[in-house]
Amino acid sequence: MSIASLWRTRQQRYSLQGETCPDCHQAIFPPRDVCPYCSEAAGPLHTMSGRGEVYSYTKMFNVPDGFLAQRPYTVALVKLEEGPMVTAQLTDISDEEVEIGMPVEMVTRKLREEGDSGEIVYGYKFRPVFAAAD
Amino acid sequence: MREVSIVGIGQLPVGEHWDLSIRHIAHHAIAEALAEAGTGQVDALFVGNMLSGSLLSQEHLATLIADFSGLRNVEAAKIESACASGASALRIGHMAVASGMHDVVVVCGVEKMTDTTGEGTTAGLATAADAEYEAAHGVSFVGLNALIMQRYMYEFDVPVDAFAGFSINAHRNGARNANAMFQKPISLDTYLNAPMIATPINMMDSSPVCDGAAAAVLVASEQAGQYTSGHHPGAVQILASASANDTVALHDRRDPLFLEAAYVSSQKAYMQSGVTPADISFFELHDAFTIMSALSLEATGYARRGEGWHLAADDAISPEGRIPISTLGGLKSRGHPVGATGMYQIVETVQQLRGEAGQGQIANASVGMAQNIGGSGATIVTHILGG
Repeated sequence: MSIASLWRTRQQRYSLQGETCPDCHQAIFPPRDVCPYCSEAAGPLHTMSGRGEVYSYTKMFNVPDGFLAQRPYTVALVKLEEGPMVTAQLTDISDEEVEIGMPVEMVTRKLREEGDSGEIVYGYKFRPVFAAAD
Repeated sequence: MREVSIVGIGQLPVGEHWDLSIRHIAHHAIAEALAEAGTGQVDALFVGNMLSGSLLSQEHLATLIADFSGLRNVEAAKIESACASGASALRIGHMAVASGMHDVVVVCGVEKMTDTTGEGTTAGLATAADAEYEAAHGVSFVGLNALIMQRYMYEFDVPVDAFAGFSINAHRNGARNANAMFQKPISLDTYLNAPMIATPINMMDSSPVCDGAAAAVLVASEQAGQYTSGHHPGAVQILASASANDTVALHDRRDPLFLEAAYVSSQKAYMQSGVTPADISFFELHDAFTIMSALSLEATGYARRGEGWHLAADDAISPEGRIPISTLGGLKSRGHPVGATGMYQIVETVQQLRGEAGQGQIANASVGMAQNIGGSGATIVTHILGG
């Protein structure tokens, strides 16, 4: 991703900022010009809570350029409690713990580094929601 | 609208062609197809390709290939729709001839994936996904398919070895195809012990990175007789050509376990041709990953949702089965040079319909369907061909 594209998407990567459709009231992430549910013009900005659950996951051993230092890592489809699904890495986990339906919450983490002198990209990852201690 | 027929085909054996550049492999397929059609006079060349820009720093590809192939003063354009580029290019060629805009069109699918490192190619393939909201999080193309497969196994209670039959069938069939990358059958043990790429997808669930080119010459059916005299094996008609799309990002799908674009494009193709799934002799589906075979069979009317894998377990997909698939190896064994794959499917469908598929020949093949998928199910092109 270019610096311009990283700047444009900062509110999405740092705070899961999406939209709510004024016509059908569905939550939308990321923001779109047209609501994917009812095809009306999409509406006001809405920040997601960051809570959701694991819809599916995979532990990746072969990874693209730019992510070699982190491999292997786990990528998930996370169903946000507002409705939209996002693709993101899971963090603060051990392999055995991951299962479909597991409650997770958004945290901000380093996604990748572009070499020694390039940008360092931060964005959302998800970690398990820990039960409060008794 | 005119009916359109294929009067020439050409293909390069799929493999790692470090000694040949993209222009050489494309020309190989085009020259073979034109020689079969017995003509050097064409109106247009449409090239299906996905990665020449990102992996080879070569765009303006169709004109480069036309130039190298001696096709001057013709129309040349590259068509890109990720792994569905090949069939998308055929569809453009079909529309050009059907409309009467052109009389003779060559369509070539070509891809060169082995000039770069594995990670570079993996990153290139990931450009078929949503760059800002999928690839930015480090998910590869295998990873996206793994997310589908994991959920599919969970939702439909599918055992881990359920997909083995797709891979075993593809390799058994590929062993009978001289143009396949892997001409060797595999055992269940090989499948079960294959290393993981992205859980639950292992090496034997996944198609290989490779180079390839395949081409076809399209003419109006009413003029096909001019090209099929003498020893020519005969024209094969395009009975249907249809394409449909879905969201680019997997996470935006209404149902990530259903290939809606496969359903829509195959229904359009069935309506255009008047053919039903029961009439189809064999189905060249897009088995880039074994999970895609199951989902394609479900979306095109051969299995109910969540039950596509039963067809592999019941051996209904073998050459003698109810619906033979990947009859000359499919993407898994013939290979998946991404932008070329859709045209390999078409060339193999023509081989089957002419009765020229050698040891891989399907008995009494009269109608064949080919389906080419771009992305994780975002662009799906269906063609139905008949003798």
